Amino acid sequence: MAENADLGEAQEQAEDQIVEKFKGVVSPDDRQGYEGYLVQAEHLIDFAEKIKDDLGYDYLSSVTGVDYLPDEMMEVVYHTYQSTGGPALVFKVQVPRDNPEVPSLVSVYPGADFQEREAWDLLGIRFLDHPNLQRILLWEGFEGHPLRKDWQETFFEEETKPFKNRWPEGQVYRIEDNVPLGKNVTFPEGFNAEQWTPEADKLIYAGTAKFSETSGSNGRNLETDYVVVNLGPQHPSTHGVFRMVATLDGESIVDLQPVVGYLHRNHEKIGERNTYIMNMPYTDRLDYICSMSNNFGYALAVEKLMGIKPPERTEYIRVMMAELTRVVNHLWAIGFLLNDLGAFFTPALYAINERELVLDVFEAVAGSRMMCNYLRFGGVARDLPEGVLEIIDELVNERLPRRVEELEVYLSDNEIVRARGIGVGVLSAEDAIAYTTGGPILRASGVPYDVRRADPYSIYDRLDFDVAVRYNGDVYDRYLIRIDEIWESIKILKQVVRDIPEGEIQTGKSQYQVRVPAGEAYGRVENPKGELGFYVVSDGKPNPWRYHIRAPSFINLTALEKMCKGQKIADAVAILGSIDIVLGETDR
Amino acid sequence: MYGSGIIKGLRVTFRHFVETYIDDIRWLGKRYYNDEAFKARQGPKATGIFTVQYPEEKLIIPEEFRFIPFLIYEETEDGDRLDRCTSCGICAKVCPPQCIWIVRSNDPDTGRPIPSPTEFFIDIDICMNCGLCAEYCPFDAIKMDHDFELATYNRLDNHILNKEKLSRPEAYYASIRPQNYKLEQEARAAKEAAKAERKAKKTLEA
Repeated sequence: MAENADLGEAQEQAEDQIVEKFKGVVSPDDRQGYEGYLVQAEHLIDFAEKIKDDLGYDYLSSVTGVDYLPDEMMEVVYHTYQSTGGPALVFKVQVPRDNPEVPSLVSVYPGADFQEREAWDLLGIRFLDHPNLQRILLWEGFEGHPLRKDWQETFFEEETKPFKNRWPEGQVYRIEDNVPLGKNVTFPEGFNAEQWTPEADKLIYAGTAKFSETSGSNGRNLETDYVVVNLGPQHPSTHGVFRMVATLDGESIVDLQPVVGYLHRNHEKIGERNTYIMNMPYTDRLDYICSMSNNFGYALAVEKLMGIKPPERTEYIRVMMAELTRVVNHLWAIGFLLNDLGAFFTPALYAINERELVLDVFEAVAGSRMMCNYLRFGGVARDLPEGVLEIIDELVNERLPRRVEELEVYLSDNEIVRARGIGVGVLSAEDAIAYTTGGPILRASGVPYDVRRADPYSIYDRLDFDVAVRYNGDVYDRYLIRIDEIWESIKILKQVVRDIPEGEIQTGKSQYQVRVPAGEAYGRVENPKGELGFYVVSDGKPNPWRYHIRAPSFINLTALEKMCKGQKIADAVAILGSIDIVLGETDR
Repeated sequence: MYGSGIIKGLRVTFRHFVETYIDDIRWLGKRYYNDEAFKARQGPKATGIFTVQYPEEKLIIPEEFRFIPFLIYEETEDGDRLDRCTSCGICAKVCPPQCIWIVRSNDPDTGRPIPSPTEFFIDIDICMNCGLCAEYCPFDAIKMDHDFELATYNRLDNHILNKEKLSRPEAYYASIRPQNYKLEQEARAAKEAAKAERKAKKTLEA
């Protein structure tokens, strides 16, 4: 403990040094309810290199922008962590709103790539010297940058919910009639959708074509051409509407670009129109396999802002639900990874069979199998109904251990799984951190980083469990780590089911209109797929000013290209399966 | 030995295959239309796999299951319908996709609002079944239904439900959510009792 305090002190000193060193360039952010440092744009790269190299903040968790319309200012917010654990170092860059230009941090943190592109796409913040600053979630025919506060959607009704015409005069109409087909899209000036040819595709192909300059050197002096193969967006192996553009030399991948955004619905804009409580059911629809954990992350962020804590029983219920979700997600991921490897649906159905039982629990507790909407600020929607705890008890003490063991027996030693998995899609520990991968991907590469241990929330600091870690960083290890994590989850669940106290389930009264003081908060949880973060900015009104989601599936994809290069095309499918993405969260 | 992993795996698959038949034999004759069989064969103690013959038979739905809200009315002794809803508008304000429209009625003489809605619309194409309306209704007037078979032949005409289509008797609610109904009735009774007590106290003091 004393050692920790010393370390903390040393840390503080080092940080003071940074402030000292960058005097006049870096200043603490002293707005009410805000944390971190303000950095001047021209010194950003310098500053980032310093904190990365000298202070060890090597994990750039989140990059996002906030449009402060009243101040005529755009702000880019960076959350960095040490990959050995500990709290965040937050820094921000403020730039004028009419010409927002910020130096790109891709050279320091490669994991910033997609996140900066997203900030450009949605907020129009230009990142200078970004290697490929193009729209990522939207297409070129899209007019404007939707997360800017003065941007309005075509079906725009009002700035914020609740809409005034719903009550008391209830002028009912079908929303569809309001925006008839054909009139629900606006294009930038001079844009003709009829004659438009996809620029982005051309650029992607051009990006892959640059490698063909070196063709003909396959060791046998044969002149060969590269072939561009387009996988998706309607491809069974892509787990949804996701596209991979691969350039092949024979069967080997020389370049692979992920293309996302087919399921984009501007979740964050919807979230900013919503009131705080309205966002809860929307979070279910991000990673729809793990809705309970999504609720958890959002509840944590808003509770941080409100300064409340849920009662003890609720903490146990929340952890119980989050860990059940982890079991469900990993079973699902393993099942479908095997599907991708060619074991058509037998392992997947065995996994789904167990998942079904957990979903029955969710249905009994929350009312819905997948869209749980169970957590509230400072509590949960309702207490566990009668008999549910016994079912969970039976599940975690009897059924699940037996079935996971069976899973290990019939898959882990399977020669085909080993042949397809070992040494495929290797990601080194350094790359895993640099590309900001999270969750099982990071831990399968030998980095024992788990938010539950690194920056504990809820009651995880009191629970006895290990951070599962594997060291080879290949597809097989990413399969094994999920089994390890199921075991750890079962271990946690056993303790939680044993120790859950009686008592209240809600701090104060659950209200439909919560008062959230002005400020910012970053709530993060260890979602089954990686670190899920909610960055919420409040201006004291009933609706969040900014509501950003650090989606693990999306950011894990940053490393896909790295993992796939040099592999065979058939392995790309396995590698993607081992990342385990959900498009609802990737595209938001 | 090379291939032993595959043989081990196949043994597991074979066991699953056999277990289903053993389970079927165990429930021989009680296979269909049997809630008890469902409960056991769906539960965590089940071994084999079985098929539910939907729509002839349906899985048991837990009480908390939620799908599309409905409005509760109480029946008075002379057969009149008494809406529990007071058109306070909290459900319309908390609804995340904003699919609830309420027309509040005014007293023609005084012009003041009277606690009963003239109309109540829910667009079930938009409803996301989150259940927040039911959760935050202070009068227990709007509740989530269990009926999930909503297919219609024409989506344009049938998917905005009005007050008449939404209304269900109190007895229906009691039948689908007995536990919750019981708790709510108790809470109401307690509230009434407290109110009566206060009133009695007041008259006593007076």
